[in-house]
Amino acid sequence: MSEIYSLHVNGERRDVRDAWLGESLLFVLRERLGLMGSKGACEQGECGSCSVMVDGELVCSCLVLAAGAVGQQIVTIEGIAPEGAPSDVQQAFVTAGAVQCGFCTPGLIMATHALLERSAEPTELEIREELSGNICRCTGYGRIIDAVQRVAVARRENGGAS
Amino acid sequence: MTDTLVTPTTRSNTQPGRLGDSALRPDGVAKVQGTFQFSGDVSADGFLWGATLRSPHPYARIVRIDLSGAWRISGVEAVITAADVPGKATYGLISQDQPVFASEYVRFVGEPVAAVAADHPDVCRRALEAIVVEYEVLEPLVDPALAVDGSFPQIHPDGNVIRHQRIVRGDQSIQGPIVVEGTYELGMQDQAFLGLEAALAVPDPGGAGVELHIATQWLHEDRKQIAACLGLAEHDVRLVLGGVGGAFGAREDISLQVHTCLLALRTSRPVRMAYSRHESFLGHVHRHPCRISMRHHADHDGRLLRVEATFVFDGGAYASTSSAVLINGITHAQGPYRCDSATVDGWAVRTNNLPCGAMRGFGVVQACFAHEAQMDKLAAAVGLEPLEVRLLNAMQTGDRLVTGQVVESVAPVARLIRELAEMPLPTEPVGGHDGDPMRLPGGAGRTADRGDVVRGIGWAVSIKNLMYSEAFDDFSTARVRLADGVATVKFATAEVGQGFVTLAAQIARTVLGVDDVVLDSIDTHIGSAGSTSASRQTWMSGGAVDGACRLVRERLFEHVAAQYDLEDYQLAIDGTDIVDTVGELRIPVAEATAGLEFDETFEHHHRPTEDLDELGQGNCHTAFAFAAHRAVVDVDPVLGLVKVVQVATVQDVGRALNPLSVTGQIEGGIAQGVGLAVMEEIISDQGVVKNASFTDYLLPTFLDMPDVIIGLVEEPEPQAPLGAKGVGEPPTVSSTPAVVAAIRDAIGKDLVRVPVRPTDIVF
Repeated sequence: MSEIYSLHVNGERRDVRDAWLGESLLFVLRERLGLMGSKGACEQGECGSCSVMVDGELVCSCLVLAAGAVGQQIVTIEGIAPEGAPSDVQQAFVTAGAVQCGFCTPGLIMATHALLERSAEPTELEIREELSGNICRCTGYGRIIDAVQRVAVARRENGGAS
Repeated sequence: MTDTLVTPTTRSNTQPGRLGDSALRPDGVAKVQGTFQFSGDVSADGFLWGATLRSPHPYARIVRIDLSGAWRISGVEAVITAADVPGKATYGLISQDQPVFASEYVRFVGEPVAAVAADHPDVCRRALEAIVVEYEVLEPLVDPALAVDGSFPQIHPDGNVIRHQRIVRGDQSIQGPIVVEGTYELGMQDQAFLGLEAALAVPDPGGAGVELHIATQWLHEDRKQIAACLGLAEHDVRLVLGGVGGAFGAREDISLQVHTCLLALRTSRPVRMAYSRHESFLGHVHRHPCRISMRHHADHDGRLLRVEATFVFDGGAYASTSSAVLINGITHAQGPYRCDSATVDGWAVRTNNLPCGAMRGFGVVQACFAHEAQMDKLAAAVGLEPLEVRLLNAMQTGDRLVTGQVVESVAPVARLIRELAEMPLPTEPVGGHDGDPMRLPGGAGRTADRGDVVRGIGWAVSIKNLMYSEAFDDFSTARVRLADGVATVKFATAEVGQGFVTLAAQIARTVLGVDDVVLDSIDTHIGSAGSTSASRQTWMSGGAVDGACRLVRERLFEHVAAQYDLEDYQLAIDGTDIVDTVGELRIPVAEATAGLEFDETFEHHHRPTEDLDELGQGNCHTAFAFAAHRAVVDVDPVLGLVKVVQVATVQDVGRALNPLSVTGQIEGGIAQGVGLAVMEEIISDQGVVKNASFTDYLLPTFLDMPDVIIGLVEEPEPQAPLGAKGVGEPPTVSSTPAVVAAIRDAIGKDLVRVPVRPTDIVF
């Protein structure tokens, strides 16, 4: 049932030992590799709390088998910005009051980065549509939308630098 | 002053992070980086996973439990049942009527029967499957009416009625001349916090005690119940607040706390338990389904003369806080309106449905849905606009509740209504200026024909009690140490996302004139803070931190006064300095406290409240907050779909100590109110839950959430330590009836039940 395999996570090769092949990427990231930033809240891809990037695609890591992600580039919340320095998206979430309990936040940070990569200046409706796979129960989303808009404006004013 | 907080602004403070400023969360950076440790993220060397076996039946007698199959599975370290509970066999917040594990009977789908500990979650799953429980399935009690009329056999030794209370006030003979009536129903709402129930229990050597890392709303109450069940002294059970991923009432009761500790003590190893979403739906209490009949009597002008009401709250299988939810509901029957005569009959009953307890609004959500529908009916009956009839009857400070209690709180009801009427309506037509079908009801389904969609506007106003009621000694404790210009603040207040940690630091900075505040860990190494519920922590724990800071400041002023030969009452804090208000002295707090330490602890109690008498009379509540909501909806009457376009609100907050946090509470509360209005319901069939998942239980997403515009009324509350009222619950209370009123306005139907389903609109 178990064997050793390796994952590429946040630019590093990480060996996974003694894992069952049935384990989700979310479980392996959290429990095997100690990357607790990705959260599980529904186990069925409905809430987006476990969002990570796999080969540049935003995915729910609860729906991906870890062993199926061998050979792919995985980026988690721990790898979205240089250690210690929050990304512009992360800083905007804090400043705009987009964080309350914070459980949905890592997934939303991942989804926001992905959104702004695809669309530098999304309309409010685009923001709502693109982030609608991420559920937040605390904020009512208003301050999150504000945070995303702040980043888009700041990136434009900084000439597209992120 | 009313601020429209479209974008929250920083108030004019020269020093950042003081009261009134939109200070940022101290845990914000950790939360955005994913390093903040939630209770499910806490681990320990050599830990085991725990898991729970639950009843598949709403009501059944346990004939036999055979654990041998589980024990035969490699990796299983413990299998426990009711026989393994060393202390009290039951727990509960008000009455201890809920078994740690069912032994004779299971009384709801999901009731814990056994638990296992093993080295992998999947081994746990297989072990649970290998446990054989033989049940004699019994006919469940699922209709609360059968508990009220006494026609169903008792399903619990404590009986099928959890509590019955009447309110009889004023002239009981009043009839009309205007009479409006209706019967209203609310479905079962789930708190659906994102951070699932999870805990780590670490046993002391020899099983002498246990340390539990837990996401809860009330550490000390948990500890009391856990210690009793474990048969340990309270001081041998230490609780540390694990990061809490939202609460909204669902973490006030015990869920996995006792089970996790029992498994850890049994195996002498750390044990982690983590609920799945399915399990979470079954494993915590919910908002009570409720059936309410109301009859309002008024004069020809629309002035309320008398309210008659009957409430039946379905408490589910165990009592939890049902008796208090009942009292909250029935004592708010009149709403924020003057009314001198009332006849109210309220029941909280036991059924074999899921247990219900606290959820944001706590009984008042139910009352408000009914009384606001009634106010609209009254307006129509006397030919007034919805806001006119509300203004005509608006409660003021000094008016009495149906309990006879005088409302001493600031009660700016008329002002809320007037200012709400001035809030801008959405300028976009149905579907928006760009005609994007995403803006229509049905959204991404792109089902609505724009020409069919109709718009409606609805209004609702609410009164909500703050803090605990009925003679409960409600208090909170804080300890503050000031040394070398740094304040360290300690409390057991559960930070569940609401932002008390932000506020505590703001209080300390303001009162003590420091920039650096350290927040100590949140655990049971200090007195109780009470629960993070009932919109009470800004008032109660805010009062405790403020009180402790003031004691420290007194000591500091005494010291400085002695040092400089001044009178201590002349001294004040100005920014980060101590100043002599009648002289020249100005000395930085950091300098004045160099090498010194001042350390004080303070308990804040609110003034005592009373029990209700047999006729439901008495000063049972502490204080009140008010809110008014206006909803604009677009409805597709063909498919029965609703798009909530905008919710405007004006809320009585006393004083906005952190405008950004207040905005977050209001927007988040409205989201939950919108959810109850149009989509959120746990559906059961004969006690069997049908939709315990995020696929089937619908929650508002970014696309469901309307634009929100907010006005704050800041009239400082004299009773409140900081002038501020709690702000968490009112947004949830009256947003639901406002949305439903708007749907009624759009389609002209008499909608009497939430959530409003497509079939309610179409047929």
